[in-house]
Amino acid sequence: MSLLQVKDLSISFGGVKAVDGVSFTVEPGEVFTLVGPNGAGKSTIFNLISRLYEPGGGQILFDGQDITSLPAHKVAGLGIARTFQNIELFDHSSVLQNLLIGRHCRRNTRWFEELLFLPKVRRSEREHRLLVEEVIDFLDLAPYRDKLIAGLPYGVRKVVEIARALSSQPKLILLDEPASGLSVEETQNMAWWIEDMQKDLGLTVLMVEHDMSLVSRVSNRVLAVSEGRPLAMGSAADVQADPKVIEAYLGTEATS
Amino acid sequence: MSNRFKSRYDDDINLFEGRWHLAQYAILMALLLAAPWLLGTYYLGELTAVLVWSLAGLGLMLISGHTGQVSLGHAAFMAIGAFTNLALMLRGWHFLPALLASAVTSGVIGAIISRPILRMSGIYLAIATLALSIIIEDVAIMAEPITGGVAGVFAPPIAMFGMEIDRYATPEAFYYLCLAVLVLVTLGYLNLLRSASGRSFLAVRDSEVSARALGVNVARAKTLSFSLSCAITGLAGALYAHLAQAVNYESFLVLISITLLLQIVIGGLGSVHGAFFGAIVVVLLPQLIAIASDYLDNTAGIQIAAYPGLDTALFALLILLMVIYEPRGLYGVWFKVRTWLQLFPLYRKGMFRRTRTYLKTERQR
Ligand SMILES: Nc1ncnc2c1ncn2[C@@H]1O[C@H](COP(=O)(O)OP(=O)(O)OP(=O)(O)O)[C@@H](O)[C@H]1O
Ligand SMILES: [Mg+2]
Repeated sequence: MSLLQVKDLSISFGGVKAVDGVSFTVEPGEVFTLVGPNGAGKSTIFNLISRLYEPGGGQILFDGQDITSLPAHKVAGLGIARTFQNIELFDHSSVLQNLLIGRHCRRNTRWFEELLFLPKVRRSEREHRLLVEEVIDFLDLAPYRDKLIAGLPYGVRKVVEIARALSSQPKLILLDEPASGLSVEETQNMAWWIEDMQKDLGLTVLMVEHDMSLVSRVSNRVLAVSEGRPLAMGSAADVQADPKVIEAYLGTEATS
Repeated sequence: MSNRFKSRYDDDINLFEGRWHLAQYAILMALLLAAPWLLGTYYLGELTAVLVWSLAGLGLMLISGHTGQVSLGHAAFMAIGAFTNLALMLRGWHFLPALLASAVTSGVIGAIISRPILRMSGIYLAIATLALSIIIEDVAIMAEPITGGVAGVFAPPIAMFGMEIDRYATPEAFYYLCLAVLVLVTLGYLNLLRSASGRSFLAVRDSEVSARALGVNVARAKTLSFSLSCAITGLAGALYAHLAQAVNYESFLVLISITLLLQIVIGGLGSVHGAFFGAIVVVLLPQLIAIASDYLDNTAGIQIAAYPGLDTALFALLILLMVIYEPRGLYGVWFKVRTWLQLFPLYRKGMFRRTRTYLKTERQR
């Protein structure tokens, strides 16, 4: 069974159809990439899946469960984690604190137990910490553990955001332009990590990315969208060679 | 020196980062416990006032400093706490249950109004909470059976441990009572901050979208924070009533709400220390001005007392300087001094230069 099914999804903002009848499925364990020119509606699709936007029509199924009208804060608990195109970290907290907030959907203590810091709370804090440390090891973030986000270089923040998403132990991770703004070397590392997430962690990845070399390297399947509508689907090479896709990119002179 | 290596996760979970840190607070606690022997009655009273305002500041710090929701209405919750406490005591309740009732009443009323109010943000939230502060003045006049109307109510002495605790008759006992409440609340506050609820408050403050995407029920987190904040402020109100010995509608004017907000800004938004530092400034600044003015009068014949409102003006100036030069408030100053001492003589110039932050363009809400 598909892990994620998006059926005929639509949304419009003041008459502009940002997403207009998009359907696709993501299979467990694959890396599925959305490509398309700027303003195509890729980030909007992410926001619809993480329930930050109310769809105008269509359906979203995750793990067989209809999540189309689930409140946004319940999505993480089901196993969907995400990053944002414009990094949305908690700037005044340390890396460690950020990752611990990533554990929020797995919390098992109530506020009044925390107020008294019952032994149960200490136990749970230790468990959260243990899992967060695994993520820190996985993404080589140990040197930054106690640093405040506000002082970190851009490339590190991108990684911290992925780490925060991984801390919630997701089944599906949505990465919105993980390589944008990264140097060649950092992009290389990102490619490895995406491969590791897929192979070592057994995660399913849904990604938006403009860097076609990264897309070709890590993606199992690619869906091209333009002006809110799906254009072509297939391997990275197939999609890149599709005349409709080439036309869409030329029409908007987007980066590739 | 406190350069130590962490060897267990508990080093980060514990309230105190090791023996030296614990020792510092133990010394502070010992000094506070010895205060009745160290200070005269007058200054013990001032110190008690610092404790009460610290408690009120802690309440506001939770919602404004740690959850990022500004409130210009917290004097209203001090009022609710104060009148609840006195009304119940005058009806024969013991002090402790009445104190608990103050916290619960303020907390519940806070929870009820938080839903509609905390849907707003920024300037609208400021105005809505300001309105609370204004409304409470009228309520305090109209709800005569509880609040004593225009005349207000006097605080009965507190019967506890077989003695009568009264701010003037037994200032030491009242001081210890305030200290005990403050220490307990501070411990609870710190406990929240080091677990999931506290982290969710910080998350809501720094980015609501990502908080939501990480599974934080933002509306619920705001409600919890506001409600606990109101409960703490209600406790402070009850203690304040006994400190002032009598309260009426004029005890909790809008000005008190504003002063409270200024207090936590001066102290340092988003730090527990800040609530305490701010309270010290708010209580002791008028004292300092009085002492300085006496001194000037005696030595140079300059009569500052002839200029009413000088303490308010100085307070305002202090805030202005703070916001411009040290946005992290007195806590920021203290943090720098502490680091300088710890690293001595290795401190480098420019170590605290504010790091560049990246603009968030295109933020979704
Ligand atoms: N909250 C919103 N309100 C109004 N319009 C929006 C909103 N979110 C997205 N849009 C519009 O929807 C369209 C698609 O935007 P989206 O951010 O999804 O594009 P994208 O494919 O992610 O582009 P990019 O590659 O630049 O990130 C754009 O025209 C955008 O202006
Ligand atoms: Mg986008």
